[in-house]
Amino acid sequence: MKTSTLRQATLAAVLGLSVFTLAAPAAQAATFDQVKADASRVAFTYRQMGVAMDGKFNKFDARLNFDPAKPEAGQATVDIDVASVDAGSDEATAEVTGKTWFDAAKHPKASFKSSSVKALGGNRYEALGTLTIKGRSQNVTAPFTFDPASGAFDGSFVIKRGDFAIGEGEWADFGIVANEIQVKFHLQAAHK
Amino acid sequence: MNSLAPHGPARYTRTAISLHWLIALGIIGIFSLGLYMTSLSLSPTKLKLYSWHKWAGITVFVLALARLAWRLGHRPPELPASMPALMQLAANSAHVVLYILMFAVPLSGWLMSSAKGFQTVWFGVLPLPDLVSKNAELGDLLATTHAWLNWLLAATVVGHACAALKHHFIDRDDVLTRMLPGAKA
Repeated sequence: MKTSTLRQATLAAVLGLSVFTLAAPAAQAATFDQVKADASRVAFTYRQMGVAMDGKFNKFDARLNFDPAKPEAGQATVDIDVASVDAGSDEATAEVTGKTWFDAAKHPKASFKSSSVKALGGNRYEALGTLTIKGRSQNVTAPFTFDPASGAFDGSFVIKRGDFAIGEGEWADFGIVANEIQVKFHLQAAHK
Repeated sequence: MNSLAPHGPARYTRTAISLHWLIALGIIGIFSLGLYMTSLSLSPTKLKLYSWHKWAGITVFVLALARLAWRLGHRPPELPASMPALMQLAANSAHVVLYILMFAVPLSGWLMSSAKGFQTVWFGVLPLPDLVSKNAELGDLLATTHAWLNWLLAATVVGHACAALKHHFIDRDDVLTRMLPGAKA
């Protein structure tokens, strides 16, 4: 009877310990799916007459689901209100919502939808997905880093404005506004 | 050191003459361009003209530096002794104002551009540092400053040119010709 009690106690202790060790990484590998809009940014840099200009979108809706333990299952969707653009100067901001640029009246939203996420080692990852602007879609690859301590996703990628007909007619001259636009994002997320 | 008489040289040096007229052409051209470009609505042409205006303005700034350095090392011809003291004072003051504005006008434009969020990249190649960071209020203040300094410069240049013509046609002295290229001393 005594030995049996001892055996049961040992068993319980071993089980308890293994449950504890299993539970520890599970707590770390939380799924980050609560985007903090106020702390997040979607910005861009473009070159005008050889001069780097910074712009950003003030209104966007980002939803994501990312577990660093299972990065390949991660998903992200970002919907951008293109009329909320700040192109770096009042004059440019007023201009770019117009028909030859974003045509915000006809295409109020730009969006990114991920199709897959790859781990690149360390805290580096890569999201593949479809970027749709002005009704035109392109596949893009967005490398990013993720900091599990702060829940910050930071990344950037380069698009060609010509692929999306951003800047048509007289603005199609890449000698004035360069074709390459660097898109930068900082998404701040929390887990439940 | 050929004609360094007690009254100084009779003519400006070839370098001083070249810098004077290059800067004069630059100021007239850039001022006119500035008036024109600010009247345009946004277009690729407007962006081009703004860039050219800035590039040319910085070029004048550099030429003005060279000119000041040259001026400090080379004594200019003196004003005619027949000029009343008050007129000499007026002429010398106007020259000091012109020197100050040759620096202040491009400098205010450079600062304004930075404050408005546009770095100045000389000829699209050489980025000049942003001495102030982007700030809408400061940008508007510097825009007003740049405009007023330009009107002051325009008024002083017109006065300077009228004075030179008065010397030439009314006083019939050599004040204009000693700054003209080609003429013999």
